[in-house]
Amino acid sequence: MMHILLSRWRQGHRTLPYPKELPDLPARFQGLPRIEAAKCPEGCRLCAEACPVAAIGFGPGGPTLDLGRCVFCPACVEACPEGAIAFTGDHRLATTSREALVTTGADRYARAEELGAELKRVLGRSLKLRVVSAGGCNGCEVDVNVLGTLAWDLGRFGIQYVASPRHADGLLVTGPVTRNMELALRKTYDAVPGPKIVIAVGACAIQGGPYCHREEQLGGVGSVLPVDLYIPGCPPHPLTILDGLLRLIGKVKEPR
Amino acid sequence: MSRRALNPVKNGQPLALAELAPLSLVDFREAILEAVQEGDRLACLCADAQLRLFAVLADDAGKTLRVVRTQLDQPRYPALTPVCPQAHLFERELAEQYGIVPEGHPWLKPVRYHRPWMGGESQPLPLPGVMDFYRVEGDEVHEVAVGPVHAGVIEPGHFRFQCHGETVFHLEIALGYQHRGVEQALEGGPHPLSLKQAETAAGDTSIGHVWAYCRNLEGLAGVKVSARAERVRGVALELERAANHVGDLGALSGDVGFLPTASFCGRLRGDWLNLSAEVCGSRLGRNWLRPGGLQHDLDHALAERLLPRLEKAWVETQDALELLWGAASAMIRFEVAGHLTPVQAREIGLVGVPARACGISLDVRHDHPFGPYKDHAVVPVLAESGNVHSRAWVRWRELSESHRTLASALKDLGHTPCEARPGPLPGLAADNLCVSLIEGWRGEVLHLAVTDAEGRFARYKIVDPSFHNWFGLALALRGEQISDFPLCNKSFNLSYCGHDL
Repeated sequence: MMHILLSRWRQGHRTLPYPKELPDLPARFQGLPRIEAAKCPEGCRLCAEACPVAAIGFGPGGPTLDLGRCVFCPACVEACPEGAIAFTGDHRLATTSREALVTTGADRYARAEELGAELKRVLGRSLKLRVVSAGGCNGCEVDVNVLGTLAWDLGRFGIQYVASPRHADGLLVTGPVTRNMELALRKTYDAVPGPKIVIAVGACAIQGGPYCHREEQLGGVGSVLPVDLYIPGCPPHPLTILDGLLRLIGKVKEPR
Repeated sequence: MSRRALNPVKNGQPLALAELAPLSLVDFREAILEAVQEGDRLACLCADAQLRLFAVLADDAGKTLRVVRTQLDQPRYPALTPVCPQAHLFERELAEQYGIVPEGHPWLKPVRYHRPWMGGESQPLPLPGVMDFYRVEGDEVHEVAVGPVHAGVIEPGHFRFQCHGETVFHLEIALGYQHRGVEQALEGGPHPLSLKQAETAAGDTSIGHVWAYCRNLEGLAGVKVSARAERVRGVALELERAANHVGDLGALSGDVGFLPTASFCGRLRGDWLNLSAEVCGSRLGRNWLRPGGLQHDLDHALAERLLPRLEKAWVETQDALELLWGAASAMIRFEVAGHLTPVQAREIGLVGVPARACGISLDVRHDHPFGPYKDHAVVPVLAESGNVHSRAWVRWRELSESHRTLASALKDLGHTPCEARPGPLPGLAADNLCVSLIEGWRGEVLHLAVTDAEGRFARYKIVDPSFHNWFGLALALRGEQISDFPLCNKSFNLSYCGHDL
């Protein structure tokens, strides 16, 4: 017992002070992309040609990047001779609509909004989530799991992962939804009592990620269930996931 | 046919198919059976669409790999499994993927529940988990079915226990829920997405898989990777190993209710992962390696910054784990659970941590060294008892070894200048075969590439260590209390997607 207390004393209190302070992100962290369309030469499509998941399109204002497809590889950055695309250190990537994930990189990025008043009243102070991996590579899973450790201490925000869908207010889904997990995912969803929400974590869960062309998967959670929150990344940083969850229940607002 | 007569291949060195004459089916079977009898491991057995069978035999003590192949003229052959249990899952895979029937296989069931790869579109889609499970009959025998969706934040799989009261007579594991078609996606490649798919074959072993993939490409393209890049790759691999071992030891503590170590390690695992993130931006080592070298080098200034953080993480990890080894109540639970014998381990071809925990000396870094391990030898860490305690102990000793390797590599890296990112590789050698093995944190990661006449992948086979080891978990559960399943499961901590691909 003394040893345990001594270790506790030596290692100290280690829960991150987030959201009061932002934890340090690594210098090479890839967050929200910045696109400077003014730098794009006329007719240049090099970034789009380099992208392995067809995440780059061209609108009237220049290139757009679909963060729902992006696997953050980052072939586009290397392909661009003008340096028009760069990933910034901004971790706040979650959105409430699929369309909002398509960014022009210049405008304001439409980050996730709070649940509607009634849902927020019911779920805002206590949100229990059942996590389902539906073909995930265990990358998103481990970084979802890590929020439960004492460093992040998800419980202090009123959010908890629960063992049974019957105890849950919603599903947090990772993976592209493999054909072999479709039925289990639907059954788990049906077992969650309403009102309920669905959160898609990671490129796979949003659009199939690196497996988007494969017929063994269905192209993300949206093909099976209505999605309330999209958290992009391959995998998203735990801070990106937490930021998304907290925005949804109105515990983090702009600018942080 | 003695194994001595077979051509040895080097880990990561290509071999022209013309130099690998196909054996007759009789000789092929005999070569495998004799080699296994002499102590070799069947590291891989796979087929391709032309009904060619390839087998990789690993003589770990003799530090030699051998590849044999044969050409089937019809999609059936006498199964190896009845005399060579190591082949059991490989042969089920052959049947599922290419419709090749291993005649006399005692346990011919689906592995991943997908349509056969060669035609068969008219057949109905197989339903995952729907098969005949092994059943124990009797008045007081009952069956417990768990999954695919589990209580924790883990991947899906279905477990069927045959129990008598609390005691487990038998456990059968049905996987395949995570099947995304990785091997087929790589066929015809390398494609632009292939690197990402290799990274996510088992996403917690990104470095292990992506390094194996890169070495196959480099071998087939005849590209030599600089010693510096190899050293940095070694840092990536050891950081991955350390972070996962810390996480596993914490989770094992949690499963026996010893919360101090569980809590400390939950956080400390992040401290190790964040070291990788400093180099490549990703906690899981994504975008760190690329064919030909590195995407992100580790310069002198960064190495200087990482060293004190590495030391701090190590000191605190030791502090947390010494609590565990000193807790008699935790130790007794570790010592009585999940026992496997060395004989069982050899018979089923166990690899990695669980094999070393049975006293079997086998570590790719030592037996078939690659990259920096050619010059910086690693001694396999062994334990004897084959139980949960041994598997935990092996992880702990390996963690210490990884720390030592990391500290010395970070100090050395400062002495050589950084290198430019490698450009695209030249084309791959046509009609060649390359086998690449990496000792990932779970065990042996094997990638086998066969190229066609255009130098594209005619077949790309991935064997995650979990593929060998899931059956070990089933055996370790026999005679145990069902309530010890989480503890035993965690002591193996196998990958679902690495198995399902």
